[in-house]
Amino acid sequence: MRKVLMGNHALSYGAKVSRAQVISAYPITPQTEVVELLSKMCASGELKAKFIKVESEHSAMAALIGASSVGVRTFTATSAQGLAHMHEMLHWAAGARTPVVMGNINRAFAPPWSVWTEQNDSLSQRDTGWMQIYAQNNQEVLDSVIQAYKVAESLDLPAMVILAAFVLSHTSETVEIPGQEKVDEFLPPYERKYKIDPDEPHAFGGLTDPDNYFELRYKIQKAMEEALEKWEEAGEEFESIFGRKYGLLETYKVSDAKSLIVSSSTIASTARNAVDRLREKGEKVGLLRIRVFRPFPAEKIRGILSSVGKAIVIDRNIGFGASGIFYQEIKAAMYNEEQKPPIFGVVTGLGGRDVSSKDIIEIYQDVIRREEPKSDIIWKGLKL
Amino acid sequence: MLELRLHGRGGQGTVVAAKILADALCSEGKFVQAFPEYGVERRGAPVKAFLRVKDDVVYERSKIYEPDHIVVLDPTLIGFVGIADGLKKGGWIIVNTTRKVEELGFDSSFRVATVAAKEIALKYHLGSESSPIVNTAILGGVVKILKLCSLKSLLDAVREGVPRKKEENVKAAEESYKKTKV
Repeated sequence: MRKVLMGNHALSYGAKVSRAQVISAYPITPQTEVVELLSKMCASGELKAKFIKVESEHSAMAALIGASSVGVRTFTATSAQGLAHMHEMLHWAAGARTPVVMGNINRAFAPPWSVWTEQNDSLSQRDTGWMQIYAQNNQEVLDSVIQAYKVAESLDLPAMVILAAFVLSHTSETVEIPGQEKVDEFLPPYERKYKIDPDEPHAFGGLTDPDNYFELRYKIQKAMEEALEKWEEAGEEFESIFGRKYGLLETYKVSDAKSLIVSSSTIASTARNAVDRLREKGEKVGLLRIRVFRPFPAEKIRGILSSVGKAIVIDRNIGFGASGIFYQEIKAAMYNEEQKPPIFGVVTGLGGRDVSSKDIIEIYQDVIRREEPKSDIIWKGLKL
Repeated sequence: MLELRLHGRGGQGTVVAAKILADALCSEGKFVQAFPEYGVERRGAPVKAFLRVKDDVVYERSKIYEPDHIVVLDPTLIGFVGIADGLKKGGWIIVNTTRKVEELGFDSSFRVATVAAKEIALKYHLGSESSPIVNTAILGGVVKILKLCSLKSLLDAVREGVPRKKEENVKAAEESYKKTKV
């Protein structure tokens, strides 16, 4: 069924068609509508799930870790300060190997207060052991929730589906809501191997000495590595059932490109128009969109970037004291390659400042004149 | 791709108007993108909403700086905010007013039309004299002038998209459509 949905409701419908069984959340702008709709669905019986009201995001995640440990499918959503407040429990979810799926609406951190988009909230959770998927439109938001359960539950790793505040969360657009039968075909019920079961008692998460802890961390890393393939497989299977294609990355006009714009989320979506308009002017430019950020598809990125002349990474985030975070990751991935392009890092759009295709064209035209990156940050749109 | 910008004041249903148009166009198979100018909305303060319409996926995700057409729900905004900013030459400016087109003072490179949306809204008791809710009452005229979709698609979207007084809103949109001369 085709419907005009805001990004927040695309998350809610994603959880609904995935048959989430326990939902726990605490509202925060701009995430609020996600759980508002889910709580209505639970109240009306349209979604057979238990909605647990809690006093904070920390408790929301704790509730889901408990529920997931019993072997049920769980969902929550948050933004910015809410995600930061959840931080301790994010580590717990990954360490306990509970495949919780969460929506995070990228919102800039306070102070000063902001409700607009920026990626620092999710990126500062980079090392918690959560998979991270950055969506570029509301269809992808909904589809990614379904795929996230598939991958998360196959490896017992939690996953975060991430969307831009307002630019997706409050933008209403055409979305195909997949039929329940098809989703059921793609996503079977969650079966947990080691679960809390009073009839078969186990200890979970107890004190683990240095003789044993190390290997558990190794196993999380191995699962992350395996997840690279799982995301590709899930994307292919999804396409065969629903007709929409997704992978770790998305490329656009890269085959003959001399330069590539590299970005994520909605800036990458807008960059597609910039590429089209630059191509009309004869520029050999293409686009690489990073969709899955954790696990980081370094090998695939190397395969695409090693043969181009220049790479321009556009970040809507900043690692204070260093540079844009995608830029750091991409540079690190390329470092040991013999053949690699100069990589330019652009920081723009912080705190939700608008980024149009015209801005991206200007970024390209600025960078293309530069011989080599003289600093780690090229600021775009900064008013001083 | 068609790009529209709507100007109104908080409480007039500007954002809902963009969403209703999006619903109507989606029902006719279009890809749409409707969004408000994200901020802290207050009753009476100037607000903007945007709408993109395309036959396939819309990739641009910025605000609309060079719209094809403009809809003005509140005529007191004229001269107060930059209504015609970035409007493409030949684009329509559709204003809720009973004043004459010539009195509105827009550049002759634009096409200007008026819809008596306030009067229609009040006839169907949508809002009050001091604070009429004119969104559905202007949409009929907008759809007719811009030939965006069928009247039926619009009315279905109105019925679905307004929170209360559904049939009154449908009648207002229908009357607006019928009274608007193209």
